[in-house]
Amino acid sequence: MATPTMLLLLADGRFPAGAHAHSAGLEAAVAAGRVTDLDTLAEYLRGRLATAGLVTAAFAAAARGVAWSAGRSAALARLDAELDARTASPAQRSVSRRQGRALLRAGRRIWPQATFDDLPAAPDGPHQPLVLGLVGAAAGLNPGQVATVAAHATVTGSASAAVRLLGLDPYQVQALLVRLAGTCDATAARAARAAEEPPERLPAAAAPLADIHAEAHVTWEVRLFAS
Amino acid sequence: MRATARLVARVDRRGQTVLAELRGESPLLLRQVPAPGGGVTVYVVGGAAGPLAGDDLRLDVEVGPGAVVRVHTVAASVALPGRPGAVSRTLVRATVAERAALFWLPEQLVAAAGCAHVADSQVAVAAGGTLHWRDELICGRHGEQPGNMEINTWVDLDDRPLLRQSLAVGPNAAGWAGPTVLAGASATGSLLIVDPARPAQSAAVCGTRARLPLAGGPATLWSATAPDAHTLREYLEPDTATDTIAASAGGEEREVVRVG
Repeated sequence: MATPTMLLLLADGRFPAGAHAHSAGLEAAVAAGRVTDLDTLAEYLRGRLATAGLVTAAFAAAARGVAWSAGRSAALARLDAELDARTASPAQRSVSRRQGRALLRAGRRIWPQATFDDLPAAPDGPHQPLVLGLVGAAAGLNPGQVATVAAHATVTGSASAAVRLLGLDPYQVQALLVRLAGTCDATAARAARAAEEPPERLPAAAAPLADIHAEAHVTWEVRLFAS
Repeated sequence: MRATARLVARVDRRGQTVLAELRGESPLLLRQVPAPGGGVTVYVVGGAAGPLAGDDLRLDVEVGPGAVVRVHTVAASVALPGRPGAVSRTLVRATVAERAALFWLPEQLVAAAGCAHVADSQVAVAAGGTLHWRDELICGRHGEQPGNMEINTWVDLDDRPLLRQSLAVGPNAAGWAGPTVLAGASATGSLLIVDPARPAQSAAVCGTRARLPLAGGPATLWSATAPDAHTLREYLEPDTATDTIAASAGGEEREVVRVG
């Protein structure tokens, strides 16, 4: 069982895995005029939690669930293919794999005794939730805690990006995150339960505009965030 | 109401697609109609209003090696409320063999106020099979908010996962009308084309529609949101979706086509 501090370290935005460089689609949603203020940001974050948040947290918890199993390599390959099938947008697939690579780099250096070598060998890197599951295992987190880290990251990344993109009051944005904490916990709990299902039954909640935003964003020549 | 229907297509000795089995029951009736060209065309004819909450409708489609099947519906399906607490369900299971083709192009599914509907589709395409699969959802009839609707799509290609998507709208789906999911659009849908003969296409986006090459094989998903059913259909016509997304200069965002 992980210590409370270990959980906080992994969830901290200052964990050196490059999370601060990503707005998780918010930059494109702001540019399209769909997120303009605190209220639309709140709806954005609720939608993120219900879709990408649930899927990411479930896959992270599932990867954590197989971390000590004998068939780990095959199970991770299966999860990788299932997550690809849930990520219709090539831009989103690429972002997930790039973030996975960054987290893997951190994981290898921070937990040199842990094994990460049997992650699927995709040229762009493994999907981020799979790496998070293994990093969580190395840190002693259980699947529920890994799901919490994933769900929490879903909202905090976009929220801090919103402060920069929209010039929102950081206190008000933090108050919004406080209001969403219960939903975040519920999403993590639901994801951890779902993670016990076979990979093909894991959540697949889709968001058409998230795909559209990601594909538009990747074409920009100048952008503040990597996603 | 519970109903099951089954469609099995094979190729006869002359290489023509024939229906080895075609049976249904109200409100899920199947009718073959004459159509030009090869293959068979079947309409799903709703024998009653609905689906109403409490209904459980299942359709199995089996397209054997080399056979070509087109499935349409005569009109939009309107998911309606029924007994309090009841959920209506439809389950479509389809298999497409090697060299076979299934064109699943039904009319829209409308989520009426107060409905509680789950639409599941499970499709398995063999290597070398062709699939056109369109889903269109209209959130509410004119001027109304939709009830709860969940559309779950699983597609496997050559026994590997190709597409898994669940789209949920309605009071139980947090944030569905917000800027992450539909941003108030009342129509959304997708067109999946699995076709080994089609040249690979890059990702592209134009306004509220995107062309998304999938990771799991020679397959592309067109995904869109639209203000109404008519506009959505324009975005998701198999014959034109390919060209218009790159050629159109309209839309609220400038046209962008990504190479590579």
